[in-house]
Amino acid sequence: MRRRALAPLALFLVAACGLQSPAAPTRTALTVFAAASLQPAFDKIGKVLETSQNVDTTFSYAGTQTLVAQLTQGAPADVFASADTTHMASLQSAGLVQESKIFAHNRLEIAVAKGNPKGIRSLADLARPGLVVVLADPSVPAGKYAQQALAKAQVTVHPASLEQQVTGVLSKVALGEADAGIVYVSDIATSGKVDGVAIPDDQNVIADYPIAILKPAQNASGAKAFVDLVLAADGQAILKAAGFGGV
Amino acid sequence: MSRAKIPAAIGILAALGLLLFLLPLAGLIVRAPWNQALGELTDPTTTTALGLSLFCSLTATAIALILGIPLAMILARTRGTLRNVLRALTTLPMVLPPVVGGVALLLAFGRRGLVGSLLYQAFGIQIPFTTAAAVMAETFVAMPFLVIAVEAGLRSLDHRYEEAARSLGAGYWRVFVRVTLPLLRPAIFSGAVLCWARALGEFGATITFAGNFPGRTQTVPIAVYIALETRPEAAITLSLILLVVSVALLAGMRERWLGAL
Repeated sequence: MRRRALAPLALFLVAACGLQSPAAPTRTALTVFAAASLQPAFDKIGKVLETSQNVDTTFSYAGTQTLVAQLTQGAPADVFASADTTHMASLQSAGLVQESKIFAHNRLEIAVAKGNPKGIRSLADLARPGLVVVLADPSVPAGKYAQQALAKAQVTVHPASLEQQVTGVLSKVALGEADAGIVYVSDIATSGKVDGVAIPDDQNVIADYPIAILKPAQNASGAKAFVDLVLAADGQAILKAAGFGGV
Repeated sequence: MSRAKIPAAIGILAALGLLLFLLPLAGLIVRAPWNQALGELTDPTTTTALGLSLFCSLTATAIALILGIPLAMILARTRGTLRNVLRALTTLPMVLPPVVGGVALLLAFGRRGLVGSLLYQAFGIQIPFTTAAAVMAETFVAMPFLVIAVEAGLRSLDHRYEEAARSLGAGYWRVFVRVTLPLLRPAIFSGAVLCWARALGEFGATITFAGNFPGRTQTVPIAVYIALETRPEAAITLSLILLVVSVALLAGMRERWLGAL
């Protein structure tokens, strides 16, 4: 009885070990810490790098502020891509980054349920009573940008929840638990589960995304190859297809 | 009756195990911003989170008492397969990863959930993102601790007292309130304390089901998690408070437990 119960566990352990077995010797491993909004584009860029340079990239996606906290606590990574310049600057002053380059831009958009059942047309509509609005926490770049946009539009919103990454806002809307949320244009372009309501230029905020090779990088050449690809025409095309503005 | 001498290897491994518990605690205490602790303690974010945590965990414990004691009574009465199934269901939240509990709660009580969709369509009631959701998440995770303790208490109960009371003409409720509950007091007390401690520390189910908003769903563990990224001193101070509460509970419980067992 007990032995039978352990069998699936053993199988799982064997499978897990199999997955971790080292690949071909020429393969190099690369660790990239990237803002959560970059996942759709960076997953594709990682695949391109895998076939062209034989670099096996592992991504850690989270809110930029989470990644910066982890990096300053010594998390091992080769490349860092941030959703704002402030957090990159704090890594620079911590001595973890020498130079960074802006590689993409993003803008904000209102995410609503498919078909926009609540008839949301503008940021001002988000102040409507009874509407469940979710934002990113102000410590998250997307949350900070959302605050700036709401201030420009002179709208006060009472959010139901403050998420730790912009993708958390997106999923709350996609799950139907929230009526609306402020996310990036790129999030809506790649999600397929929500509709977007545009925010006019005079209320919108342009997010600058910087990328940098981390100083304690284990795989400096792989890191350089990744950053080069992101800035090259191929990488920029992937980012544009995912809804980002290129540089 | 001489016991075999314990080999040194076992002693070393045991010491390593103990260090694994002790070092993080030492880290918390050594790195604590003692000079700022008072300032952090009176910071509105901290006091709001503490107040909310106290409210949610006590409410969750109260609900667990109201629902958990009857559940334990049913469990103590059943036998065989039914009992095994019931007990497995009740104790599942103890072994289930709390975040899975949060997802499950969302799928049951969310706006598009099994029950939540009916509530929302019929009455416009939305549970996620409310304090009620935080209380539900804590109750979900913590109630098993109370049920298990009370069930154990019921099983070891000497039923002759209840029979004596009944033979003297007392009705069911009178026996329950005047005889059964007082006899169960140690079990209920230790179960409630464990349940409260678990509710106070709840994180995964709460942030998944209730989200994060100061004063509404941001309990102390969630505030610790969030503060660690932006205000580490506040995170350490709040962690220390939870640590002190836990140690105090443990110290208080020891005597109670030894008395009860």
